[in-house]
Amino acid sequence: MAAPLTLLLIVAVTIRAVLFRSSLAELISARVEVVSPLNAWKRVVEGLALLDLGVSPYSGDVFHETPLMIYLFHFTVDYAEIVFIVSAYFVDCLSCFLKPLDRAKMFRKQKYALESDRYSADCLELLRSPKEMFYIPLKVAMFYLLNPFTILSCVAKSTCGLNNAIIALFIFCTLKGSALLSGILLALATYQSIYPLTLFAPALLFFLQRLYIPVNLRRSSFWFFTLQYAFMYVGSLVVITGLSFFLLGSWDFIPSVYGFIFSVPDLTPNIGLFWYFFAEMFEHFRLFFSCVFQINVFFYTIPLSIKLKEHPVFLIFMQIAIISIFKSYPTVGDVALYMAFLPAWSHLYRFLRNIFLVSCVLLACSALFPVLWHLWIYAGSANSNFYYAITLLFNFGQILLVADYFYAYLRREHHLTHGLYLKKKDGTEATLVLK
Amino acid sequence: MGLLSDPSRRKVLTGLLTRLNTPICGMPVEWLVKAMQSRGLEVFTQSFSRKLPFPDENKERYMVRGTNVYGILRAPRAPRTEALVISAPCSPGDSNNQAVGLLLALAQYFRNQVYWAKDIIFLVNEHDLMGTQAWLEAYHHTNITGMEYSPLQGRAGSIQAALSLELSSDVITSLDLILEGLNGQLPNLDLANLFYAFCQKLGVLCTIQGKLQRNDWDTAEGYTHAAQTMMLMVLKQACGRSWGDHGLFLRYHIEAASVRGINSFRHYKTDAATIGRLLEGMVRKLNNLLERLHQSYFFYLLPSLSRFVSIGCYMLAFGLLVVILLLRGVTEAQQVSLPSGPGVLTVLTPVVISHLTGVALYLLPVHLQEMAVEHFPVSETEAVVLTAVAIYTAGLALPHNTQRLLSGEGTEQGWKVLKLTALLYLAVLLGCTALINFSLGFILAVTLVPITASMTPHMPKALSALVMVLLSPAFTVLYCVFIYQELIEAPVSVSEGWMLFLSVISQGILDHALYGSLVYPLLALFIYPCWLMFWNILFWS
Repeated sequence: MAAPLTLLLIVAVTIRAVLFRSSLAELISARVEVVSPLNAWKRVVEGLALLDLGVSPYSGDVFHETPLMIYLFHFTVDYAEIVFIVSAYFVDCLSCFLKPLDRAKMFRKQKYALESDRYSADCLELLRSPKEMFYIPLKVAMFYLLNPFTILSCVAKSTCGLNNAIIALFIFCTLKGSALLSGILLALATYQSIYPLTLFAPALLFFLQRLYIPVNLRRSSFWFFTLQYAFMYVGSLVVITGLSFFLLGSWDFIPSVYGFIFSVPDLTPNIGLFWYFFAEMFEHFRLFFSCVFQINVFFYTIPLSIKLKEHPVFLIFMQIAIISIFKSYPTVGDVALYMAFLPAWSHLYRFLRNIFLVSCVLLACSALFPVLWHLWIYAGSANSNFYYAITLLFNFGQILLVADYFYAYLRREHHLTHGLYLKKKDGTEATLVLK
Repeated sequence: MGLLSDPSRRKVLTGLLTRLNTPICGMPVEWLVKAMQSRGLEVFTQSFSRKLPFPDENKERYMVRGTNVYGILRAPRAPRTEALVISAPCSPGDSNNQAVGLLLALAQYFRNQVYWAKDIIFLVNEHDLMGTQAWLEAYHHTNITGMEYSPLQGRAGSIQAALSLELSSDVITSLDLILEGLNGQLPNLDLANLFYAFCQKLGVLCTIQGKLQRNDWDTAEGYTHAAQTMMLMVLKQACGRSWGDHGLFLRYHIEAASVRGINSFRHYKTDAATIGRLLEGMVRKLNNLLERLHQSYFFYLLPSLSRFVSIGCYMLAFGLLVVILLLRGVTEAQQVSLPSGPGVLTVLTPVVISHLTGVALYLLPVHLQEMAVEHFPVSETEAVVLTAVAIYTAGLALPHNTQRLLSGEGTEQGWKVLKLTALLYLAVLLGCTALINFSLGFILAVTLVPITASMTPHMPKALSALVMVLLSPAFTVLYCVFIYQELIEAPVSVSEGWMLFLSVISQGILDHALYGSLVYPLLALFIYPCWLMFWNILFWS
């Protein structure tokens, strides 16, 4: 395992180094699919310049990063490329190390379930064997490091890579079982962009499962642990926010970062759903639509948590995917994060119904984004509708992918408990429908 | 009234043109500056230089230097926010010796009119496309092709439209309208319609692709004629080069067309004064525009000047071709159950090797030309072209070598997965190409789709290898050269066709380096590796 992983790391470093030094780096840093107003490197440099001049970096509405990020780059701006490469490695090393943790847990669970007859007898082929799970960490690492989206994001020096690293660290600490570290890292992730707030629920469910506390609203043990975890999370968040205040000496960063994320004032086209709508609507309705669109991100947390309360790891994956699709300024770096986790669920492949269509749609859209951008902006023969059509199709593909995995996961669980070959009451073969 | 209203003016114009008839060697910069200044324009010059990647037959040296001269006629009473450009390339010898004279005559006439709402820029550029490129880049403050130029001293507002003149004789029988620009981009159809309508009004014969219009649409000959005209347009658009100086304006969202005077054997000849009237009318119409031309189609094919085929018609044909690839992909996907682990990796090897060959085909011909010239008795252009052909042919030997490198991949599953990948890749590639340059996408689709959709390793190897090679991108270019020569009624023999083919390759590489044409990188970096992947499938053992 170590040798292929090292080879993979070397290949990834080579690709990124070659691209950093080529003329493509400039081109990629300017692409709207790869950078957004929240995480563009140009804006970080601008903010650093303003900071050096002694002016607040948030004046002028150019810079939208958090103060901790400015200070990180203040010290490492000359080594920025290395920072981004290292953060990319962080993500994948963590992702691939967390797979063995999950694995051990899964074996135990399967063994107990079989022995206690909770799983039906004919579902042996659905269980995961050590052999097929051996390569998963390597595949996760490969899916992240060699994903063209990640490479583009890294070469463009978008801070999305660092956000991904924090989220990966958070998942690692959660799966390792350390509630305090998990709370602190979740607070850091939320501080960076607000949307990881929704990851509080799956992390909580994971810890409850680990400590064998039943998820019952009437039990005091549940509330006790929830309050503990919430206290750690909120406390770290307060501490980090206070630290930011003391770093820069003002509360400017709150409207510039969080106000910017929520009110979506910048309507530069990107791969998300917000820009076109907000460019079209009247000012009168802007608040209403902002609320509707932002609630859409947080809305799926509670229903999904209720449905997946025994499978918090899958819930984390679903939440990250939903955040990447519905956030206000998505980039391809966000897409790459949840795609890296797909090999962990390779055993669901037999239940996926639309995987061919989804992969075709995603590949075709990724190829068509620059073409239609060129036709719109440079040739003038197309207009924003063409580009938004591709954006819509891309997001549709992503939603279909997530929904398909959800269906496959639930179906496998159903088969595990009710047997692989389902029969209706009169003995004929039944089909399973997700309602 | 127009230019012909006053007989004395007519005499002056004819005299001017006769005086300017002297062949121009190089670019008489001082004379042009003086001539424009004496006509009351604000004159500026711009010098530019460019190092060619290899000296081609026309230039025969690495460094090309030139000077552009342009004069701005300021609109007397309007705010200076918009401009029109009339350009005449100044080439040595006889190829364009009347256009500059006509330009100066027009400048003199325009100076006395009061109805100009936009500034008019009279541009005389050297070295055709290179001069135009340098001027446009300096005007728009960009540097996309690595040209070195001196900045422009004088500027008018944003350019709304441009016309480029090519006139080689003082009397003409017809005016040819040239629309195809860089990368197959076309101006708005309104511009073509405007020019044609005005030509009809003045009684000047207007042609497209050098062919006259016919009125008998329902006869077989009429239909064939229209089909030939459209086919010529498709071929010209597909090769991606700019067929007139106007082509480079299109990239900056400036509607532009080239007008070429043709003097053939007809009785009815039009003199320069009528051409001047025609151009004056065109420029007046463009002057009256309130917004950029955008109402009509940007994507069309012209079987004649009064008929067009819109994108809604022709894209359907292309879509049906690509659907073949997608349906084939779906059937392959159903037969394949995606293997995990090593299975996908063995497909990766042919893909990576094909793309590396494509990269070699793109980079090596230009970089290795010095080494080739040292060792072989060829000129630099021939070295570049022959290296490209050599790498292309060497790629055909690949499947035999990659099979030895891989191990454990000789399974049914392996080639099906590779075919699935290659089919989807080709479909996406052709789709993206057709969106940017429809003709190129269509020609590639017509030649590549039938053979690739039905490719399996179980076909008779010799026959299918031959068909595959005969339908490969290089042979497609060769066929296009022969068909083009047939259509312009100048058929060539096989050896001449081969030399033309080699010059087309060198022109493609040069266009990519100088103006950013996308045909050569597309063919070398994407289409050729895709074709190599299918070649690999054919020899899968």
